[in-house]
Formats: sequence, structure tokens, C-alpha cells
Amino acid sequence: MPQNQDKSSYLSVFREFESGLNGQSQNPVHGLRTSAIKQFESLGFPTTRDEDWIHTNVAPLTKLTFGRPSETDIEDLASPVPDLGCPTLVFVNGKFSANRSSALDTLPEGVTATSLREAIDSGNKQIIGHLAQHARYDTNTFTALNTAFIDDGALIHVPVGKIVETPIHLLFISSGTQTISHPRVLLVAEDNAQVTVIETYVGTGNYFTNSVTELVAGDNTVVDHYKLGLEDAEAYHIAAMQTCQGANSNVSTHSVSLGGLLVRNEVNAKLAGEGCEATVNGFYLLEENQHLDNHTLIEHAQPNCTSHELYKGILGGSSQGVFRGKIHVHKIAQKTDAFQTNQNLLVSENANANAKPQLEIYADDVKCSHGVTIGQLDEDAIFYLRARGIGKENARNLLVHAFANDIINRVKVDPIRKHLEGLVMNKFGNLAKTALDS
Amino acid sequence: MLEVKNLHASVEGTEILRGIDLKVNAGEVHAIMGPNGSGKSTLAQVIAGHEAYDVTQGEILYEGEDLLELSPEERAQAGVFLAFQYPVEIPGVNSAYFMRAALNELRKARGQEELDALDFLTLAREKLSLVEMDESFINRSVNEGFSGGEKKRHEIFQMAVLEPRLAVMDETDSGLDIDALRIVAKGVNSLHSEDRAVVVVTHYQRLLDYIVPDFVHVLLNGKIVKSGGKELAHKLEEKGYDWIRQEHKTVTA
Repeated sequence: MPQNQDKSSYLSVFREFESGLNGQSQNPVHGLRTSAIKQFESLGFPTTRDEDWIHTNVAPLTKLTFGRPSETDIEDLASPVPDLGCPTLVFVNGKFSANRSSALDTLPEGVTATSLREAIDSGNKQIIGHLAQHARYDTNTFTALNTAFIDDGALIHVPVGKIVETPIHLLFISSGTQTISHPRVLLVAEDNAQVTVIETYVGTGNYFTNSVTELVAGDNTVVDHYKLGLEDAEAYHIAAMQTCQGANSNVSTHSVSLGGLLVRNEVNAKLAGEGCEATVNGFYLLEENQHLDNHTLIEHAQPNCTSHELYKGILGGSSQGVFRGKIHVHKIAQKTDAFQTNQNLLVSENANANAKPQLEIYADDVKCSHGVTIGQLDEDAIFYLRARGIGKENARNLLVHAFANDIINRVKVDPIRKHLEGLVMNKFGNLAKTALDS
Repeated sequence: MLEVKNLHASVEGTEILRGIDLKVNAGEVHAIMGPNGSGKSTLAQVIAGHEAYDVTQGEILYEGEDLLELSPEERAQAGVFLAFQYPVEIPGVNSAYFMRAALNELRKARGQEELDALDFLTLAREKLSLVEMDESFINRSVNEGFSGGEKKRHEIFQMAVLEPRLAVMDETDSGLDIDALRIVAKGVNSLHSEDRAVVVVTHYQRLLDYIVPDFVHVLLNGKIVKSGGKELAHKLEEKGYDWIRQEHKTVTA
């Protein structure tokens, strides 16, 4: 495969980064970094000839040179941050900002929500046991790059049996011209624990965020995870998330993508224990020349597990949406019940969507299904509404809202749901306001 | 109330209506009958304002105004109602919400106060009982998962809520069992009054036992070829449409 030559700027930034790591070269994490940068060097950047990147061209990321950000102003955010009123860790250009963070002391005793940097420096057990053990950097070049640059991010650790009632919010703010950050999130919820974690990405500028999240759920554990992609319209965002679920656990992840010029969201869910349940949802609202690639893998590695996957998107302007969803059922994963749907609503002539569901099933007693729709608003439905006295514009808006509600209503965290409703409302009028509540 | 004059309409270049003349006065019930493909549903859709149909000639006057100048929503606001032959399923749009939004659009157009959710519910309950439907129906998405009969009753429920001046029923009877048919007829009859008119488009005479028409028109090949009283419907039921076809041929020959 022809490799892109333009990884050299990333390598020189790495050398600069490495020389700034005073005294850390003895830390075991540094071994990870050096092995990951080698991996990145050998993998190189993907091209559209790569099966996994066929509809997403990352050329801008290889042509532009992204430097390490300096301390920057974060005043004018392109998108407002939802006020969640819960413990919040704030990161500016990838670095933890203690004075912007809040309410961390309200977490239950024994629960850790801290800067990854701090955890690395103090030799936290979770770091040693889990960091880079789940998200694969041997095959994914961006994960390799993130791993090579592991510096700061969030560590959340919920010990056995702990229930964290309020969500924990991780807010990543980026800014600058051609700057890059590699946020890293490690979430470990041990057996019988429960926690909700929200990652929000906002910013201003044409920066590049390359994030990796690892989510580990023990047996009987419940984790709800949300990712709000509210990046600047000029920004690049590549994210990979890997979950690993223990027996009888229940993990849901909701990926919301509204911002960004070029966005790739990879969600890999591994149902690694018997009898667990995974929900993998996504919602996207694209306009102008945004490009979004949702790439998911649901891996059923054990019997009697259930997965539900629903991605819905509204595409306007000349935006492009890509969905690739693979369900992989291992030979021993009998009685798997897996369901996947991707629905795209095109609200402009120039928007387009590409969707490819994929089933790879090695067990013989499973229930798997998938479905894809790509379409415009139903003209018959518009006429039906108009024939009852509802104006054309309102009829269209009502149908867009109805399409979006189906997924927005699955968001369990009230302020997030309201925030999303507000965003859809702003774009598509508010006749249907009360329809959202009903 | 409704005056259709020499109406010609086509869809994608194919002429379907070839000169319809029809006059409906307030207080009257008209039945439009005809075999499949005669243009009955097209006439209903053109009256409601479906944009797929091009009116190439003629006019439609509604209460003296040019109906064809109005958008579908303006027609509804002016009191025209079409009970759809195939009611559309709208996932995610709750029926109660939809009907309240529609009713309030109509009320706004008439300069009336909008109804709040509570007042609407009171009204909706009353109208639901008329069509013997459970309240749970309006808490569901519009027509989604409804049986054929439920969809038709839901149309009548909407008509009862919106209280149109001119109701056009497009094959509301097709596919209904006798109980549902009676319920539908009861709904239509309850709306009927001196200042309202009903146009029933149907394939069969059966519905007309319950909604008794003042006039029956036979539509063939895009034209009304015969008009008469309710006895015409019985004759059609007995003898079919062939005799009219023969008669019509003789006339045009």
C-alpha cells in the first residue's frame, strides 16, 4: 500500500514532545509511547484505497502541519457548552485545567476522577493495568499516534460496588491555528458499579483533536457514556473508543456529532463477558461541507449477549455522512441478539450519505439484523400534514423533529437531551416544540 | 359551496380528468362512483391541492373563491377536508399533538384563540367516542401500526375535530367491515348540517346505505357521464358499470 510521506511533521513534533518529558523516560508509560510511535511510523496514514477509509479522505491531516498548542485564549467557543451542573474536569488543548474544573470533591469516597498526567506520575494501578490494553494501536494509526503522545486526559475509576449518582463531565476545549491535541480517557468501573460519563468536545479554530477513550466495565456494572462532538466548523476530530464489558454488564454509548469539518468517530464495543448488553447509539446533524464518518464494531465474544445499535443523522448543505457498522459474532457467542439500524435524512440536494452494514457471524444460533435507510422527507407525509392545515415549512420541520426525537429521547441525562432539542429547534423551527415533550 | 367547471387535470403528462362539472350546495351529500381508474381519487386529490396533479383547464370555485389559487394548508384552513384513501403513517409525530397543531392553525386562520393541551384533550375525548376509539390512539404516532379500519376511523376523528365545511371522503369505505363502516357513517352523519356539504367518493354502493346521498354521479374515463338520485347507486350495484359504458358510447358516437 502506498504510504503517505507526510507523517514526518508528526514525527518531528513527537521528538519535540519527547525531549520535553523531563525525567519521565523511566515511567512504564513511556515504553508505550515509544512502541506506539514506531507503530505509527510503520502504519502511516490511511488512504481511500484502504477498505476502512474508503469514503473518508484524511489528506488534509497529512498536508497541514499541526503543531503543539501553546497556552491560548478560550473565550469564543463556536458552540455553547451544555451546563450539566455536575462534577466537571476541564481540559484546555488536551491539558487538565484544575482551576476551570469544578465540584470534583462531591464525588463519592473512593471514586477517582483525575488528570491522567497526575495518575501517570503517581503510578496509579489502573494506568498500569488498563492503559492502552484495550484500544488497539497496532492496527489503527490514529490510536497509535494518540498513544505515542499520551500525556494528559482523564482517569475515572469507580471501585467495586460504588454507585455514582451524578454524571461526570469531561470537557475538552481546543483552540488555535493548526494545533493538535491527543486527549486520552480511561474509564474503569469495577464490578457492581454504576457511573455516567460525558465527554464534550468544543473549541475555536482549525485545530485537530485526536482522542482515544477506553471504557472498562466489570461484571454487573452499568455505564452510560455520552460523547458530544461540538467542535468548531473548521476543526478536525478523529476519535476512537474501545469498550470492554464484563459478564452481565450494561454499557451504553451515545455519540453525538454536530461540529467539525472532518470527523471520524470509531466506536468498538467488546462484549467480553457472558450475558451483557450494549447500546451503541449515534446522532448527527451536518451542514455545509462537513464530513462525518461513524465507524462501529460490535464484537460479541461471549454467549447470551444483546446489542442494540441505532445511528440517525440529518444531513444538509453539501455535507457527507458515512456509516460503517460491523457486527462480529464469535463462534462461541451463541444466543447473540444483535440489532443495527442506520437512518439518514437528507434535507438538501447536495448532501449525501454512504452506509455499509456488515455482519460477520461464526456462531450458528444467533439473531442478528441490520437495516439502512437514506432518504428525503416523505412527500406524502408533508401533503398529509398540509391537507390538515399545517403550513409547508412547519410540516417539514415537524417531520425533521420527529426523525430526531426518536434518538434524542434515548438520552437519559436531562440537560444533554434539552441541549440537543434546543439545537434541533434552532435549526428547524419550533412549531414542533411540544411534540418533543409528548 | 363547491363548483367544479370543465376541470381537466393530468399527472406526469397523462390526462386523468377530462372535463368535470360538478356543483355541490351547502347541506347536500354527493356520491361520486365509478370503476377503478375512472379518476375519482384524482378529483379528490385535486380538490385537496395535491401538487402531483396539474390542472390544465377549468376551475374550482369554493364559496365563490378560486380554490386552485390556494395552497393545501390554506384550503384546509378555509374548511376543506379530505379523508385520505391511504392515510399516511408518520412515525415520531404523536397524533394528539398533530391534531392540536392542525386545529390551532385552523383557529388562527379564523381569528380564534388557540386551544391549550387540556382543552384540546376534552374536545378530543368527545370526538374519539364518536368513532368509538380509545384515547390511547391519539397518544401514538400518527397512523403508525394502525389497522386499515383504525386508520379510516382516525380520519373521521380528524374530520370531527376540524369540523370542515366541505368534507371529501376518498374511498373511506374500502376495506372496512360492516361495524367499522357503521362507525364511519355515524361520524360523517353527525357532522352533516345545513351549512356543510359532503362528497363521498366510493367504489361500492354499500356505504351509501348509511350515508344517504342526495345526488349520485358516475365518473367514467375522467368525466361525469351520469348523475341521478340515490336510486342510481342501487342500479349500479345491481347492474355494474357496463350499461353506463354502453350508454355513454352511444352518446359520444
